Amino acid sequence: MKRAIRYLIFYGGLFTVWVVLAQLKIWPPYLFPTPWGVAEALYGGFADHTYFIAIRVSMGRVLVGYGISVLLGMVLGLGVASNKFLEETMGGLLVSLQSLPSICWWPLALLWFGLSQNAILFVVVMGSLLSVTLAMEDGRKQMPKIFGMAGRNLGARGFKLFWYVLLPASLPFIVTGLKQGWAFAWRSLISAEMLYLSLGLGQVLMIGRDLNDMSAVIAVMLLIIAIGYVVDGVVFRGMERHLHNKWGLTPAS
Amino acid sequence: MSANAHDVPSRFPIPVDSALAKAGASIRGGRRGRASLEWRGVSPEAAKVGLAEISLSYRTGAGEHLLALDRINLQVRTGEFVCIVGPSGCGKSTLLHLIAGLHQPSSGQVLLDGKPVDGPGPDRIMIFQEHGLFPWLTVGQNVEFGMKMQGVAKAEREERTRYYLRLVHLGKFERSYIHQLSGGMRQRVALARALAAEPDVLLMDEPFAALDAQTRDLLHDELERIWNETGRTIIFVTHNVREAVRLGNRVVLLTFRPGRVKNEFPVDLPRPRRLEDPLVTRAAGEILEELRSEINRSLEAEYAEGVKPHIEPRGGA
Repeated sequence: MKRAIRYLIFYGGLFTVWVVLAQLKIWPPYLFPTPWGVAEALYGGFADHTYFIAIRVSMGRVLVGYGISVLLGMVLGLGVASNKFLEETMGGLLVSLQSLPSICWWPLALLWFGLSQNAILFVVVMGSLLSVTLAMEDGRKQMPKIFGMAGRNLGARGFKLFWYVLLPASLPFIVTGLKQGWAFAWRSLISAEMLYLSLGLGQVLMIGRDLNDMSAVIAVMLLIIAIGYVVDGVVFRGMERHLHNKWGLTPAS
Repeated sequence: MSANAHDVPSRFPIPVDSALAKAGASIRGGRRGRASLEWRGVSPEAAKVGLAEISLSYRTGAGEHLLALDRINLQVRTGEFVCIVGPSGCGKSTLLHLIAGLHQPSSGQVLLDGKPVDGPGPDRIMIFQEHGLFPWLTVGQNVEFGMKMQGVAKAEREERTRYYLRLVHLGKFERSYIHQLSGGMRQRVALARALAAEPDVLLMDEPFAALDAQTRDLLHDELERIWNETGRTIIFVTHNVREAVRLGNRVVLLTFRPGRVKNEFPVDLPRPRRLEDPLVTRAAGEILEELRSEINRSLEAEYAEGVKPHIEPRGGA
């Protein structure tokens, strides 16, 4: 209850400042949109189905791109964690690549895949693959060795050992990395979509800019934040809670 | 197991006949006792578990070779309950890992029914000191795990899971998660999980060391009962000599690094035994006397050379 009140005070205050600034009319509305302008843009966007389509297209892309990242990242991460040569060579490369914003891959992606969906997916994968890989590597190292020994002892080997023992045993240690990977994937997707006629949320945002409709721009920004927040809160928090219930750990955050 | 150790009266050790007794069956000369006659002549090939000249050395962080186990020979008969004791760092847990096939010896062979062991197998299931259970699975799923890996059909898995959970008195906890159980209950789950895989040999690595005294007493009773009911061969590692005498048909004493078999003591006390039985205490006292010099050596190594006495390869406990 107390938390709800704190939330109410903070966001109520923020909203009030916005209303007051908009009412003072210091800047013209095309530079500083009003709350009701944004609300109108949101309503209009959903009423003519633009936003529904954009959300569906963007979510579809991020799911595919992120899915590829998770699969590839797990394989890579396991490889790096269990092979000393790979760890020494590729480990360093992965860390240094992390400082590269994923949108830097866009020119190459255009050359390799053309102006297409695949170019966007490539940027998304490059954006999230590294954090998933590093998380998997770290998780594999942090995981108590006894689980692997117990699994082998009970007759698990090869893929069964990975699937039934190593993967579930390392999940609590990689969930944070998976979450970070998701955030990177989502950001990379929006960046890439802004550069290309793509039907996604990024393009809808750019249309707002082209029409000088700042209310629409803010409306789409709010949508992007909201989707990121909901996925984080529902999918990843849910996963963390589930793990904590099973493992009996106290929540980390 | 030694034929009828159960109905023989209560002197320690129990001589086979008076002649042998007069010949001096003391605990130290225990090889002349009843049990010893049975196991003495067993060759590594004929035993359930045979260790033939097992040595293990590995490289320390500093790059030197460390001899952990030195030419260990040990024969364990079907249904026997053998306890291995020794100071920290004698490699007794490592020896268990070798039998389990989790590590390979540098030289020598581990034989099971006369055949060399070349990896882990469901015929030798290990029970670890702690954390060996899978926290992401329920108690029932943990017990089921070994059978699932062996491809046992679902209906049979469920039946066996229920049976073994009842055997360790945890029938009502099939759906609980591991963290919801006490330490003693967890080790009972570990026991059920190991038994459910229906191994020939149970390898127990200080399974009760982290438990409080009352819980441990209780689990000693249960383990003894289960061993009686199932007739499994058990190799039990502990640093607690009284526990070893309380449980085993035979106690094997290892030396401090490198681990060698220093002596073997048959224990023919009547069962069920209790930890506080005067005979258990007396027998333990005699073994402890020999163990003490090894403990002193391990302490000296720790103080004088700054050597960490407890080194095991690759994360063994």
